[in-house]
Amino acid sequence: MSELIHKSASELADLIASKAVSSVEVTEAFFDRSVELNPLTHSYLYLNRDTALGAAKAADAALAGGEKLSPLHGVPIAVKDNLTTTDAPTTSGSKILEGWVPQYDATVVAKLRQAGLPILGKTNLDEFAMGSSTEYSAYGPSKNPWDLTRIPGGSGGGSSSAVAGHLAPIAIGSDTGGSIRFPAAVTGSVGAKPTYGAVSRYGLIALASSLDQIGPVSNTVLDSALLQDVISGHDKHDSTSLPQSLGSMADAVRNADVKGLRIGVVKQLDSDAFQPGVKACFDDTIAKLVAAGAEVVTVDCPSFEYAIAAYYLILPAEASSNLAKFDSVRFGLRVTPEGNPTIERVMAATREAGFGPEVKRRIILGTYALSSGYYDAYYGSAQKVRTLIQQDLAKAFSQVDVLLTPTAPTTAFKIGEKVNDPLAMYLNDIATIPANLAGIPGMSVPNGLAFEDGLPSGVQILAPAMQDAQMYRVGSIIEQMYLAEWGSPLIAKAPKLEVL
Amino acid sequence: MSEITPDLVRHLASLSRILVTDEEVETLAGELGLIVESVATVTQAVQGDVAATSHPIPMANVFREDVVEPSLTQESALSAAPDSAEGRFRVAAILDEE
Repeated sequence: MSELIHKSASELADLIASKAVSSVEVTEAFFDRSVELNPLTHSYLYLNRDTALGAAKAADAALAGGEKLSPLHGVPIAVKDNLTTTDAPTTSGSKILEGWVPQYDATVVAKLRQAGLPILGKTNLDEFAMGSSTEYSAYGPSKNPWDLTRIPGGSGGGSSSAVAGHLAPIAIGSDTGGSIRFPAAVTGSVGAKPTYGAVSRYGLIALASSLDQIGPVSNTVLDSALLQDVISGHDKHDSTSLPQSLGSMADAVRNADVKGLRIGVVKQLDSDAFQPGVKACFDDTIAKLVAAGAEVVTVDCPSFEYAIAAYYLILPAEASSNLAKFDSVRFGLRVTPEGNPTIERVMAATREAGFGPEVKRRIILGTYALSSGYYDAYYGSAQKVRTLIQQDLAKAFSQVDVLLTPTAPTTAFKIGEKVNDPLAMYLNDIATIPANLAGIPGMSVPNGLAFEDGLPSGVQILAPAMQDAQMYRVGSIIEQMYLAEWGSPLIAKAPKLEVL
Repeated sequence: MSEITPDLVRHLASLSRILVTDEEVETLAGELGLIVESVATVTQAVQGDVAATSHPIPMANVFREDVVEPSLTQESALSAAPDSAEGRFRVAAILDEE
């Protein structure tokens, strides 16, 4: 069975559909590997053999009855633990939700079930998705399969390490400022943030509602495309979900053609701020695209300079409001101080005990940004920066089809290296944040190993809003160029994970 | 000198309903001071009249028919509550006795 775990989700789906293997066999292979290796990678917070195999059996039975529910029918998947699941605890990486089993499924989870994908378990994340390393998870960090002393990115480091370590063929992530794309880049995997609203956020524990978007995590561009096709679509439970379909991402991948492609390199994100090895990989990607016939121009996005500042006002402001629901009344932790406390004191004691330091920092920062006297200067200006970024992007996309940037400024750093320096941690998202502020789609595709440390680098593809298909097209072109050079995906170069 | 004083942190923590120790107040004042200093650059970004964007994708309000559909039962809604009684969430006193 061990050869199954190195196959892509689309290959597994074909094997299952042709009945060469069963969904139960595939699910068991990944489940057994997950149980064996999770003590090393700490990708999962929760694994359940019974529910995973139950869903796999149902998928096999449906297929035996001639019913193929989706192009990923029978392929097991890992789900980030900030999506609600009625059959598994949902913690969002926080002690305040420890042991909570939600009363309803997130729409994306419901869609996975309807599409015949068995859920292996729930993956680790920075508490309430606030972070870029998983070190802020209340349950301890996940580890990067390329080097277990390094971070797998965050917040979705559980999903990225699960996929890169072949503890799951595909996974679900959520991306508020780069939480899908940054982990993909530093683990040599693929991750996409769709256009805002392409995927329903119902049942996603909200961090910043105007920035959050659920998306796919995988080892190939086609797998992400197939998964985005399964989870996207309008949902009456999320009024911000787009009414229109964005078409088939899988078709865009299968028909990708470099002919006529115009690429923009953002002047503000092509600098010495990036690790030389990451920059070298990026320059190599651009050179390959030019050699293949793409037209490349430099575009100017001056307001990108203010993106991180605007983000760290808008996000805490929205988060401080969204996290007010954790009040010890309806669900989650309740801590009752000595004596005969009022509910206010119970709330304060509960939130003190239940939230970690980064969450407290951001709630207090958001409360400050929204307070009278500061609101206009900080939150108001940040919202105007959002407009300026959209204007810069509109101008750039009038000249080019997509923008390319390095996804992350560095390769995976050591666990503990930045955990006590919030500002340094915030800079990890310098290239990914503009997409969330503007609502446009972005994805990271592996583009080599940095020469200094031999660790994976990723290239980010940004496309105009609603043109996710264009992003997948370019992702596929880049993936194919590197496949031709390497003879196998980058992930095949990762060291073999073994329990010693 | 940062505008984030320990007293301001205490006030913000109280508004946020988060109990903080004196030690945490000191740490937070230092950290938040640095963060605020860094994010305050947004105030220099905008010159002239720029509209604010609160939502990334323009959307119009949509109405639907008001149809009764199944929803969470009272029992289910209460099932994860730390405490409940008589079909309601039970909480500590809202007002101080004094």
